[in-house]
Amino acid sequence: MGKKLMEIRDLKTYFQTKNALIRAVDGIDLDVEEGQIVCIVGESGSGKSVTSLSIMRLLPGPKGRITSGEVRFEGKDLSKLSEKEMDAVRGDRISMIFQEPMTALNPVMKVGKQIEEVLLRHRKVTKSEAKSKAIETLRFVGVPRAEHIVNEYPHQLSGGMRQRVMIAMAMVCEPRLLIADEPTTALDVTIQIQVLELMKKMRDERKTSIILITHDLGVVAEMADHVVVMYAGQVVESTGADAIFEKPMHPYTQALLASIPSLEEDKEVLYSIPGTVPSAGAFPKGCRFADRCSSAQPSCTEEMPELREVLPEHFVRCALVPNGGAA
Amino acid sequence: MSEMLLEVKGIKKYFPIKSGFLRRTTGHVKAVDGVSFQLKKGETLGIVGESGCGKSTTGRMIMRVLEPTEGSILFEGQDIAKMSPGSLRKLRKDFQMVFQDPYSSLNQKMTVRDLIAEPFRIHNQPLSHSEIDGAVCRLLETVGLRTGDRFRHPHEFSGGQRQRIVIARALALNPKLIVADEAVSALDVSIQSQILNLMVDLKREYNLSYIFISHNLAVVKHISDRVGVMYLGNMVELAPKQGLFAQPLHPYTEALLSAAPEPKRIERRERIILQGDVPSPANPPHGCPFHTRCPKAFDRCAMERPALKEVVPDHQVACFLY
Repeated sequence: MGKKLMEIRDLKTYFQTKNALIRAVDGIDLDVEEGQIVCIVGESGSGKSVTSLSIMRLLPGPKGRITSGEVRFEGKDLSKLSEKEMDAVRGDRISMIFQEPMTALNPVMKVGKQIEEVLLRHRKVTKSEAKSKAIETLRFVGVPRAEHIVNEYPHQLSGGMRQRVMIAMAMVCEPRLLIADEPTTALDVTIQIQVLELMKKMRDERKTSIILITHDLGVVAEMADHVVVMYAGQVVESTGADAIFEKPMHPYTQALLASIPSLEEDKEVLYSIPGTVPSAGAFPKGCRFADRCSSAQPSCTEEMPELREVLPEHFVRCALVPNGGAA
Repeated sequence: MSEMLLEVKGIKKYFPIKSGFLRRTTGHVKAVDGVSFQLKKGETLGIVGESGCGKSTTGRMIMRVLEPTEGSILFEGQDIAKMSPGSLRKLRKDFQMVFQDPYSSLNQKMTVRDLIAEPFRIHNQPLSHSEIDGAVCRLLETVGLRTGDRFRHPHEFSGGQRQRIVIARALALNPKLIVADEAVSALDVSIQSQILNLMVDLKREYNLSYIFISHNLAVVKHISDRVGVMYLGNMVELAPKQGLFAQPLHPYTEALLSAAPEPKRIERRERIILQGDVPSPANPPHGCPFHTRCPKAFDRCAMERPALKEVVPDHQVACFLY
C-alpha cells in the first residue's frame, strides 16, 4: 500500500437555500494514495462534483459551505486554511480540470499566456522561462506545433486540443494531486481515449495522484485503481477497481452495472432502476436507496446503514450485506 | 422480405459559408455528402459517429426540418425531399422526432396535457375535448407516467420523465417512423436504461421503425437491428449489428470500437488510438475522408473516394481494402 496523500474524513458540505438545507455532501470518507487514480462515480445530484469543489474550496459562498469534517493534505487540513494559504495550494499542489474547456479557458487570452500565468503566480520565474516551460508542457500533453499554439486563442483549437491545454495548465507546476471533473464527457470517443491515455502518462511519469469524477463506468474501468460510488451525498461503496466490477456488493452498484448496455455482451433487456434519486433537500431517514432497491427490507427505511468494511479494503453502506460479503 | 418504409438515396446537405461585406458565398460546409440507406418497416437503424459527422443533419433531412441540397428521400414510395409544404404537412404525422434535450423540447408554459394534445390540434383531428383527454391519459400510461400528472408543467418533472412526455407526444398521431437524435444522451445511466426499455416496448406495441442517432456505441448496439457508421458526412460502413460489432471492416469503425471504454476489467484486444482530430467539413480531405487519420491508408486513398459497396452479404463498407 502506498503512502497516503490525502485523507478526507466525514466531510459535510451543505447549501442553505431559502426553503431548505441541501445536504449535497453528507459525511464522506476518501483516501488518495500517492500515484493512485481514484474514481468517484455517481449520477447527477450524487454530490461528486460538490466533493471536488469542497476539496478545492471553490464552493459558492456564503450559501454553500463545509459544515464539518476535514480534508488532510500534506499535513494540513485544507478546510481550515485561510483564503491566502489556500491560494498557494490551488494550481500548485492541487489543480483541477473541468468538463467544458471552452468555459474554463479565458477566450480573450492566448493559451500560452494562460499557462504562463500559473507559473508566474506560483514560481519565481522570468517571463521567458515561463514561456519555454509552457511550450515544454504543451509538448508533454501532445499538442503538435506547441511553439505556434501558445500564440493562439482557445476558439482556434478543437475540443480535444482545448482539453489538452487545460491539462497543461493544470500540470505546469507539477501538482501532487489532479482533480478532473468529467474531463472527457464533452469529447468524442476517439479523442476521449487520447485524453485518458494522457492522464495515465501523467500518473506514470510524474507520479501525480488523480481524483477522476465521472458518471461513465467505462471510463472508470479504464482508469481506476480505487473506486468510490456515491449516491445521494454519501459513499455507498468504496473498494479496489477490480472488486467493483467483479463483485459489486451494494445493490445500487449492482443495479448501475446491470443497467448499462455493453459492447461485448448482448443483454436482451436492460435492468432499470425504478424511480429517481431523492432530492437533496428531503432525504429519507433510512437508507437513501431503499425506495429504489429491489432487495430492500422494511428495516431499510428505518435506520441509516453505516459504511462498513465487509471484506478487507471493501466498504459497503448496506445493512443487508453481511460481513465477509456474499449477499 | 418485409416492406420498405424509407429509402434515402444520395442525400447531401451543403451549408454555405458567407463572408465579407456582401455576404458572398465563399465555400460550403459539406455536412452530409452523399448518404444512402434503406429502412424496413419495424426495423431500427442506428447511426453512430462523432460530432460533426453529419448524423444529426441526416436525421433532420429525413424529417424535412432541413432541406436536402441533393438526393431523394422516399417515404413509402413518395419523395419527401421535393414535396411541397402543403402535401408534406399531411404526411408529417407519420414521422416524428425525439431530441436530446427534453428541457428545451417542451414549452415550459404549457401543461403536459396541452403539450401532448397539440399534435391533434395541429393536424385538425376532429376530436371532442373528452376524446382528447382520454387519448392523453392513454399516452401517459403508455410511457409510464401517471394520468394525474397531465395538469402539471414540464419543470415539475425530472429529465427522464420529461423525455417520456416528449415520447408520448411523438406517439400521439400513431407515427410510422421515429427519428431519435441522442434521445438518451442527456440522461443518467439508470434513467437511460428506463427510456431504452420503453422505446423497445413501444416499438413492438406500435410497430414502429426507428432511426436512432447517437454517439454512444453501446446504446446503439443495444437498440438497433442494423447500424450505419458515419464519418465526415459519409456513411463509411452499414451492416446488421452482429456483423458490424463482431467484425468491423472499415478501419474507422475498428478504431471507434476499440476506443470505446467498456465497463469491465479485462485485458482488451490491442487498442487503436487515432492521431489528431476530425478534419473540418468545410475543407474535407480529397479522396477517402478518413485517409488523413487512417492507420491502413495507402496511395489510392488520397486520390479517389471509395464508394459504399457490399463486400459480405448485407455488409456494406466504403474502403479500398475490400
